[in-house]
Amino acid sequence: MAKLRQCAIYGKGGIGKSTTTQNLVAGLAELGKKVMIVGCDPKADSTRLILHAKAQNSIMQMAADAGSVEDLELEDVLKVGYRDIKCVESGGPEPGVGCAGRGVITAINFLEEEGAYDENLDFVFYDVLGDVVCGGFAMPIRENKAQEIYIVCSGEMMAMYAANNIAKGIVKYANSGGVRLAGLICNSRNTAREDELIMELARRLGTHMIHFVPRDNVVQRAEIRRMTVIEYEPAAKQAQEYRDLANKIINNTQLVIPTPITMDELEDLLMEFGVMEEVDESIVGQTAAAEATA
Amino acid sequence: MSQEVENIQPSYPLFRTDEYKENLANKRAMYEERHPQDQIDEVFQWTTTQEYQELNFQREAITVNPAKACQPLGAVLCALGFEKTMPYVHGSQGCVAYFRTYFNRHFKEPISCVSDSMTEDAAVFGGQKNMFAGLENAKALYKPTMIAVSTTCMAEVIGDDLNAFINNAKKEGHIDQDYPVPFAHTPSFVGSHTTGWDNMFEGIARYFTLNYMEGKEVGSNGKINFVPGFETYLGNFRVIHRMMKEMGVDYTLLSDPTEVLDTPADGHFNMYAGGTTIDEVKDAPNAITTVLLQPWQLEKTKKFVEATWKQDVPKLNIPMGLEWTDQLLMKISELTGKPIPKSLEVERGRLVDMMTDSHAWLHGKKFALYGDADFALGMTKFLLEMGAEVTDVLVNHANKRWKKACEEVLKASPYGQSATVHIGKDLWHFRSLMFTNKPDFMIGNSYGKFIQRDTVYKGDEFEVPLIRIGFPIFDRHHLHRMTTLGYEGAMYMLTTLVNALLEQLDKETRGMGTTDYNYDLIR
Repeated sequence: MAKLRQCAIYGKGGIGKSTTTQNLVAGLAELGKKVMIVGCDPKADSTRLILHAKAQNSIMQMAADAGSVEDLELEDVLKVGYRDIKCVESGGPEPGVGCAGRGVITAINFLEEEGAYDENLDFVFYDVLGDVVCGGFAMPIRENKAQEIYIVCSGEMMAMYAANNIAKGIVKYANSGGVRLAGLICNSRNTAREDELIMELARRLGTHMIHFVPRDNVVQRAEIRRMTVIEYEPAAKQAQEYRDLANKIINNTQLVIPTPITMDELEDLLMEFGVMEEVDESIVGQTAAAEATA
Repeated sequence: MSQEVENIQPSYPLFRTDEYKENLANKRAMYEERHPQDQIDEVFQWTTTQEYQELNFQREAITVNPAKACQPLGAVLCALGFEKTMPYVHGSQGCVAYFRTYFNRHFKEPISCVSDSMTEDAAVFGGQKNMFAGLENAKALYKPTMIAVSTTCMAEVIGDDLNAFINNAKKEGHIDQDYPVPFAHTPSFVGSHTTGWDNMFEGIARYFTLNYMEGKEVGSNGKINFVPGFETYLGNFRVIHRMMKEMGVDYTLLSDPTEVLDTPADGHFNMYAGGTTIDEVKDAPNAITTVLLQPWQLEKTKKFVEATWKQDVPKLNIPMGLEWTDQLLMKISELTGKPIPKSLEVERGRLVDMMTDSHAWLHGKKFALYGDADFALGMTKFLLEMGAEVTDVLVNHANKRWKKACEEVLKASPYGQSATVHIGKDLWHFRSLMFTNKPDFMIGNSYGKFIQRDTVYKGDEFEVPLIRIGFPIFDRHHLHRMTTLGYEGAMYMLTTLVNALLEQLDKETRGMGTTDYNYDLIR
């Protein structure tokens, strides 16, 4: 068998990481790959389209119910869904209490100790909470974990800010280990010249836009049925897009240490593409009342 | 190599036998990858130089033996001073084991203190469940009348909310609504043991008085409150009791662990003994005022007493030495209208007599010292009163205002002119100073013994003997029962200092036919 490839999916919250990951993983499975998804988000919604479930029981939730992590076995937490895709969710606390980052660390350690990374796997995908708020959420890219990072983004300003920030984070780990940026996945929001913009951003970050996923309502229709597009409507055009993405990832060899850009450079880029208007320095700090009298 | 049952020996002298000497030498030669002795000595000598001291004082990255402990340790001591109170630390188990052993080793007493043993799942989900079970179990098992909650780093890093957790525990019936559970957030990674004491005390005062101030009137109970702060000399609690009784002043010592930290061996284990009662805390706002015995470490308490109890906290220093004890007693007399009694006047007179008796020996002798802010200030003051010269005062946790105050005290005396005050520095800095400034003695806790050993290694003439006054003292017995406050405390300190000096003089003058011309019977 080929070496296990571990990939982490990062990106701004709400950008469509979980949907993209699950559709792409379904595409890989269709191509005969053995894949595991590890959800690293307290919301625990990274596997519902594969399992046709509302939300999978998470490792941390079951550990809390059982007393401690030591009381769990792999079979308790690992569920198998569409085309034998293995699914686990790290889970975590309710918003406002405890430490979700620590939950990710605990869950991944548990999976390693219990042998979840078995030798028949071709891919592991970590679907990580949008905002990398503390060290715990960087756990998937620590040494000997995910080596390939894909950033999901769109042509919106904040999504690109986030992508650049994540690239900065990767640099910290890349210099001391094997983690590399593997590409941007553009999850289209139908903004103007979106593909060109993301390709340009990718170029500046030293990487490439691995695929442009167009917007299609079939994704929502499938989601309502808690299914991936590939399973719900295999003949749909969108299903083919995810298959293309899966294929590109299988053949992807472009793994780089990213070259994040400065805020100014990013703003220039956004202005160049008309996403952001040039700031009129004379109005900075002016209240509406002051402007009226001026 | 085996020991005989009839003659079991400890490591010393056992390891001095030939068999062990050979064994240890082999181990060193074969496995330790030790540097050659002359190289070790070269580096050692370098660490004693002025050049090294300058580098040492530029150190930014590490702390070597900080001369302070962490917040919850102080919170536990504070809680131990209240009647039938169980100190409860919300957080990991090992931290609490540390607090217990730290006090065990100093007081040679069992220390009752519980933890709610937060583990991995608690770190992720927050420690509310632990708090529920912990409060219920601690109350059922140990039957305290109060549980005083503080926290460790783990709970603080994840932001556990004690107020909410304790209220929820009550709402869900784990403990009764009216069961007293005062609390304080005591993150170990800020402040020190004294901050933790202050926080816990404020938490207790807040719990019993903040919402019950109606009908409270300053002075209505005619008492004086005393707040000791992080105090480990049991005699210091007892001397306040005695002096106030002799004055006929009605008083409350708020937090008094003298009984529980000094229980008799009568065949019974006493988990609780003595301590300030809840009623006394509730009545505290009715006092004439609250005297802070260690004001530099009781900032939060001071604010609370002034803002909530509406009392004017008198500006006093720690009552160490002659003058500052005078000031305390005169202030109490002024506040209560009770004269200072003959007995205390006589006691003062005896102290002055002792000071004059020993003065000739202590005059001009050089001392360096380290410890908590108030202690170090009081000790400085007393040394100057004795005409002893102070070379260095080192306090890790003190602020800049304290540094200025200490420098004022030094400046006011001819014996403090060459002193330097160090804040934010540790015992490795202090070690450098012992070589370069070479005082006659250092005053501090047990950790100083390693500095003394190092000075001896450089040569007998470089030795700076340690005089053990402070906390913790692990390697001498029963010193925690002594007194450092009041006239009585000054007598103890004076006795300790002058006899340490005379011991040293004997040691230096007992050379047969060389120095024994001064090996005198009468000193």
